[in-house]
Amino acid sequence: MNTGFAKSVLYVCVLALGIFLPIIFPAYIGQMTLLWLMVIFALTWDILGGQMGYNSLGNIFFFGVGMYAAAMIQVSMYYDLAEYTSPAGGGIYEFSFSQYFTGMTVGFTVAALVSVVFAIILGRLVFGLRGPYFAIGTLAIATVAGELVSTWELVGGGGGLSLPNFPGEPSGSRTLFYSMMFLLAIATFSFLKWLYSTRFGLAINAIRDDEEKAEGMGIRTLQHKTVAWSISAFFLGIAGAIFGNFNNFIEPLEVAFPTTTFGIFMVLMVLLGGKGTLWGPVIGAVLFHIIKELTWTYLLGWQWVALGVLIVITVVYFQQGIMGWLMEKYPHWFGIRVEGAKQRLSDMMDEAAK
Amino acid sequence: MSDSSIVVDNITKTFGGVVANKDVSLKVKKGGITGLIGPNGSGKTTLFNSIVGHHPIDSGSIKFEDQEISTFRVQQIARLGLLRTFQQTRIYGKMNCVENMLISIPHRKTGFWDMFASRDSETQENADRLLEFVGLYEKRWLRAGDLSFGQQKLLEFAMALMNEPTVLMLDEPTAGINPTLINGLIDRLKRANEEFGITLFVIEHNMRVIMNLADHIYCLAHGQMLAEGKPDEVQNDQRVIDAYLGAH
Amino acid sequence: MLDNILTNIDILIGAPALALDMVVNGLLIGAVFALIAYGLALVWGVMNVKNLAQGDFVILGAYVAWSLFNWGIHPFFGIPVAFGVLWLLGGGLYLFDFENKLASNMSTGRRVLFFAGFCLIGGLLGMTIVDNGNYSVLASVPDTFFIGILIAVFFVFLVFGGIYGFVIRKVIERDLFTSLLATFGVAIVMQQSMNLIFGSDEQTVSLGMESISMLNNNVTIQPTRLVAFLCAIVLAIAVVMFMKRSRMGQAIRATSQNARAARIMGIDTEKVYAFTFSLNAAICGAAGALVAVIWEFQPFIGLIFSIRSFVVVTAAGLGNLPGVIAAGLGMGVLEQTGAFVIGTQYQQAIVVGMLVIVLLIKLVIASRKRQVIDT
Repeated sequence: MNTGFAKSVLYVCVLALGIFLPIIFPAYIGQMTLLWLMVIFALTWDILGGQMGYNSLGNIFFFGVGMYAAAMIQVSMYYDLAEYTSPAGGGIYEFSFSQYFTGMTVGFTVAALVSVVFAIILGRLVFGLRGPYFAIGTLAIATVAGELVSTWELVGGGGGLSLPNFPGEPSGSRTLFYSMMFLLAIATFSFLKWLYSTRFGLAINAIRDDEEKAEGMGIRTLQHKTVAWSISAFFLGIAGAIFGNFNNFIEPLEVAFPTTTFGIFMVLMVLLGGKGTLWGPVIGAVLFHIIKELTWTYLLGWQWVALGVLIVITVVYFQQGIMGWLMEKYPHWFGIRVEGAKQRLSDMMDEAAK
Repeated sequence: MSDSSIVVDNITKTFGGVVANKDVSLKVKKGGITGLIGPNGSGKTTLFNSIVGHHPIDSGSIKFEDQEISTFRVQQIARLGLLRTFQQTRIYGKMNCVENMLISIPHRKTGFWDMFASRDSETQENADRLLEFVGLYEKRWLRAGDLSFGQQKLLEFAMALMNEPTVLMLDEPTAGINPTLINGLIDRLKRANEEFGITLFVIEHNMRVIMNLADHIYCLAHGQMLAEGKPDEVQNDQRVIDAYLGAH
Repeated sequence: MLDNILTNIDILIGAPALALDMVVNGLLIGAVFALIAYGLALVWGVMNVKNLAQGDFVILGAYVAWSLFNWGIHPFFGIPVAFGVLWLLGGGLYLFDFENKLASNMSTGRRVLFFAGFCLIGGLLGMTIVDNGNYSVLASVPDTFFIGILIAVFFVFLVFGGIYGFVIRKVIERDLFTSLLATFGVAIVMQQSMNLIFGSDEQTVSLGMESISMLNNNVTIQPTRLVAFLCAIVLAIAVVMFMKRSRMGQAIRATSQNARAARIMGIDTEKVYAFTFSLNAAICGAAGALVAVIWEFQPFIGLIFSIRSFVVVTAAGLGNLPGVIAAGLGMGVLEQTGAFVIGTQYQQAIVVGMLVIVLLIKLVIASRKRQVIDT
């Protein structure tokens, strides 16, 4: 079968599912919004973790930064932020239709930019760390960020803050945020598909395989690492901004910087699907989300234990992931072949026949 | 402009109490093939590492094309056009040979946005040509990590050529290579030197290879420069023979 | 908040006796940190595994001591019991190689069959011995059936190698991140299980001793801390003597220097690894019994202990025992002072902040070299 044709069928199927599933099952639209968020998590984690070999445990930091940046902009464009978040305030804050959407547009843009700026600054620091120190260092950054925001009274501290209410029917808001998350996931996927086909993709793969060699060959490793992290931060920042509005309420430890839930999920999803591939994170995210929902429903109380066991099993016994397993089993599907081997074999057969 | 490409002047490098290089000086002639020999542990690889910026040196100076590089880092030096291969071959194991080649383009000639350049046919053809040159064309879609040691060595050599360096430093290019391939490799090294005009600086244990290849040879022993000269001079130098046979 | 910090610093400068109190108390708790960090450094150095479940081993040890205390057993006996329990969990039984003795000739299919049968027996036993009247999973089967199965699975898990045999053994040779993530998974399983079994309330074991005051009541020493300090020292000395003198200790040190060479010289490195890991778990368990006496604890506080030991080991460097002890004691003093100056509610932030600072110092030192190489 023609692989190009198979691929286009696949893309059309995914698009069709993304568009029609929420229409057929409107009750699950929130779940599906989360599913696309998981896909974005996995895809952005894989840029560093899979393609570049830098296993970050703190990518969730940018998610929280984007969320808070957008929230602050959206509120402070029309009201005094300190008053808005003060526990004594209790005023009624209305956002008109145009205020809501202008705020959101500006907020999302700022969220993306602030995340990227943070990525560039922090990149200077953390990319000096290697191996486990990088993982621990990034984890520390996300944790510290959560703790710091908890003490920041302007944004409501540990109590969090509510975002502007959607000016319209609640079902309209659900459709809106679903479409946003869906489009962002598609955009992330397409961008990464393009990115991995360029020289940049090769360069970060080179860094993964042997960073010292890459330096020795003159690749600007720090520049590549910082850009890779910034791309990750860009999409995560927007995802955070959307999720904050979707959730309508944000708070530092559980929603914005959840290092032990979302922060670990993104790693696990990529490992499950197969790191260093384009489709692996997507497959991993879908599978993980299904497993997670099933355990949350049927193993109530024990779901976290089940999650821990899933982490251990995936990491210890199935680290190559689904795509990695396929690659081992069917290498020719992925273009690994010896040119002319068949030809030579048939030549030998011909000779033997003579 | 001198006619020397690399000028090493009196460099000393110690690791803790161990003196790896003591007051070593040498010159690598532009456009030539310079050899570096010496018994095991005489400090050859340390000297290489010092030149390419792998570790700081204690004293002395290293000049590359009249520019002091002894405080530069690996990447800066690589981007000047001074490249090295490793004794323990290093390639990008999970990428296929073509990808290994495509990412070994001369990065010193690229700007920021070239990072996102898509694959162009010119680079592709260049990569194919060089893979053909080292005899790996048929295996080009295999993962580099799945190649045999000797083939990885050839791939590393091809990657170095792809980088279009002005000087290429090779650390034991024939170690671990099937003897029947060695002649081919010598031939290719010479051709690289003549056709591409790349200055070569080679560490080698195999005397037959280095005598055939180099036009000037330095011999290190116990971290110090023992002898230098034309291949036949070095070959007949009593001190060199003593050093190799272990007489002190 | 900044005002608070400045006032507190003023108080500290104004009252040297108070500062002395901080230092003394800090040193006392620091000994426990050093003990835990020593275990981490041991595993890290010998098998290159960064154990993120370190703190959860400690908390499990604390719960063991607490359970015994609730049954009326003095916490001092909790120390050896916690040591033993954690030794089993860590993989102490892997040394006896039950897999070869019991199941070497069995095909995978038969193994699965035996395992399923064993679990079923466990479940039936649980069901017949206790019926607590709960039917939350399936309407017709009491919950004790499932608990019985879980206990049977856990028994098999322990006999065939514990955490070492099922997790650590498989990640030793792999890249560093794998061991980090695998032990993180173990940590989640442990803390959540403890949460389900013991509940999420804060617990402590009280020895019921009066605190000792000195220097006009400015320096207050809780006897529990003093006792814990002495126990930690005794334990540390015992472990160090063991590492220096015993056959196994020498094998461990040889393996940590060059595992391949040790293997060639006939050392069974597999057993050395198993022993090292279970010894570390046991040390953590004993330290946990001390933690139970000193602090209040709950199932989720383990991560802080893990981060503390990471900070200590990173600051001290591997294979540097005096360094680990000094850094552990220093950590205690810093944390005690930090808690006073910034506020006790920021304890977690202080620990993580220290980690960031230690990493930054490492970075600065590395960047002064011509080339950054660190793994």
